[in-house]
Amino acid sequence: MRTLYFLLQKEFIQIFRNKAMLPLIFVLPIVQLIILTFAADFELKVIKFTYIDNDKSQESKMLMDRFRASTYFVEAESIQNFKQGMTALDENKATLFITIPSNFSRSLQDKKQATIMVDVNSIDGQAASLAYSYAQNIIMDLQDDIRQEWNGLPNKLAPPVTVESRYWFNQDMVYSNLMVPGILALLITMIGMFLSAMNLVREKEIGTIEQINVTPIKKYHFLLGKLIPFWVIAMFELAFGLVIGKIVFDIPMVGSLPLLFAFSAIYLLVVLGIGLWISTFTDTQQQAMFIAWFFIVIFILMSGLFTPIENMPGWAQELTRANPIAYMVKVVRSILMKGSTFADLKWEFLWVTVYAILVNAFALMSYSKRS
Amino acid sequence: MKEFIAFVKKEFLHIFRDTRTLLVLFGMPIAQLLLFGYAITTEVSNAKIAVYDPEPNQYSMQLTNKLTSSGFFILTDNVSSKEEIEHVFKASKAKMVVVYPKDFEDKVAQGNASVQLIADGSDPNLASILTNSATAIIMDWTLSKMAVDVQIETIKTEVKWHYNPSLDSASLFVPGVVTIILMLVSAMLTSISITREKELGTIEILLVSPLRPALIIIGKVVPFIILSLFNTMFILGAAQVIFDVPINGSIALLLAESMLFIISSLGLGVLISTVSDTQQTALMLSLFGLMLPTILLSGFIFPIDNMPMVLQVISNIIPAKWFLVIIKSIMLKGVGIAYFWKETLVLFGMTVFFIGLSIKKFKIRLQ
Repeated sequence: MRTLYFLLQKEFIQIFRNKAMLPLIFVLPIVQLIILTFAADFELKVIKFTYIDNDKSQESKMLMDRFRASTYFVEAESIQNFKQGMTALDENKATLFITIPSNFSRSLQDKKQATIMVDVNSIDGQAASLAYSYAQNIIMDLQDDIRQEWNGLPNKLAPPVTVESRYWFNQDMVYSNLMVPGILALLITMIGMFLSAMNLVREKEIGTIEQINVTPIKKYHFLLGKLIPFWVIAMFELAFGLVIGKIVFDIPMVGSLPLLFAFSAIYLLVVLGIGLWISTFTDTQQQAMFIAWFFIVIFILMSGLFTPIENMPGWAQELTRANPIAYMVKVVRSILMKGSTFADLKWEFLWVTVYAILVNAFALMSYSKRS
Repeated sequence: MKEFIAFVKKEFLHIFRDTRTLLVLFGMPIAQLLLFGYAITTEVSNAKIAVYDPEPNQYSMQLTNKLTSSGFFILTDNVSSKEEIEHVFKASKAKMVVVYPKDFEDKVAQGNASVQLIADGSDPNLASILTNSATAIIMDWTLSKMAVDVQIETIKTEVKWHYNPSLDSASLFVPGVVTIILMLVSAMLTSISITREKELGTIEILLVSPLRPALIIIGKVVPFIILSLFNTMFILGAAQVIFDVPINGSIALLLAESMLFIISSLGLGVLISTVSDTQQTALMLSLFGLMLPTILLSGFIFPIDNMPMVLQVISNIIPAKWFLVIIKSIMLKGVGIAYFWKETLVLFGMTVFFIGLSIKKFKIRLQ
């Protein structure tokens, strides 16, 4: 116990001695939390469009007025001909380019059918199809209104079944409620894994590890001495981030905070364990950092943080079971937003505990006091 | 000149000696391409749903079947009371619950039935995608129950998708992956590699050598320029082979623009190394100061148009934002420099600024 105490003292002195590191560890991530939450927004709010109205009828004017009046569509510079429209797409000045043919209104009256041409810049496939479906909604609304006006038909053909949607836990659909907990999980993971991965190997690179290795310090004492300081820092970071999240974004905290910290405590053992493990088999800090980076990028992309796990094919959804970040993101969100209890999350607790034991055992076995 | 070549050779040896780092540098873009291409799709599949059906009947069973056979949803739970719905959400057993009314069958016959979709709104986007898809399926089913055939006015829309007709995300993320890897090699790796010489003390040996300090810096970055260019071609080639992502424009122009971006990133990397004393500091600075902002504010993952005004302004100082516009224009639109000379000019200005600043800040004397 005394050995561990002295090791911890040494580690803390080393961390706090480096004046450049402290603001990096504490200030930068919080700044990131605030900036990234504002940036991480998939919601499509602005669709720039431009159009040519060759018909200039009452109906075509009505349609374009509806586009202008909608909250999503913003008119880009006006254009005179098709070529200018295509240039607007080329230069990213518009996403959507609508052409109303000259016989639009007449064709609708005579043949009961008319066509509108829509050219879409679809480089971002998802945003493009969303933009197009919003445009279609507006066109369909016009169609329904025209039907009603011209025929006296009911606005929409009344179907025998109607659908009503409700959204629980986040009625106002606030995206930051989801992103703050997720990004916080990401930040403590990155800090924890990078710091622990680079720490032990630093002693190797500089050569001070030899001095440790020749002492009677036990392997697990040494690893614990490396693990605990970063664990404390990351836990502190989590608490700090939650306070910021509450103050700046007013995130909901429905569930039990002690439960959240209990889970994070175990989860951080996994993260730091992976870091230490990387640290034991690499030779330079650069190597350790790049290997940690490799794993973190894959874990993040597959964690459901930015893109829901439901958006993955079945086999990839199964793979996320091996991803510690996916557990953390899910648990943080469930506890904070839905108020999930231990009984709801018992499997997540179990898996992370098993994970923590395995990873740290690997690290312990992989670290050798002999070179 | 002879000394300089020897020095560059030493740097190359440093890089090639470290096979693990090299493996990551080339393995990571491949892993990212595969993940973005196959694992992260925009289509919802196998979303877990539960059903609350107090009086199961032929219609409700038909409808549930229709929902689950669509491929969007899998049925994971049957809820027997309204109270249980909350529990299903809390335990994440389902993302949406379909609630049928008690006398669904009679109500459908009378024409006034209502199905309730309760979604876990903690992820608002996913929740609305789920309810939208379910609504579409239910309306489809409903229409099949109505026999209508009225000739009424119909407005058709004819859509033409430009630059990316199949709407796949591959063409969107390949430029992003290239940008990230260039940033990683040119800024992060460079800053760490120079700081390493400081931390280990070997920089003193370099500074007292007959090489001029400017040549030392150039010698340090030359291998990374070559590595970056090689990596770019590797990623573009892999994207072509795996996803058939085309390069519609001029490859020479693409490489020239990449070169400009690489040099601006190198400038940033050297700049970071001048202010950090340990590799850890360099890592944290390049990670939180460069990598994350590049990934998140450049428009690679999140559209810049969606961001609040302040962030849109901030995004202008991120070189990757300008580079992404350029590389997308060349690769996907196949247009020439006439369309993005402004972006190129901005990038060039930034490059000059970063290089100038890092030369000014680089200390050639020992403390």
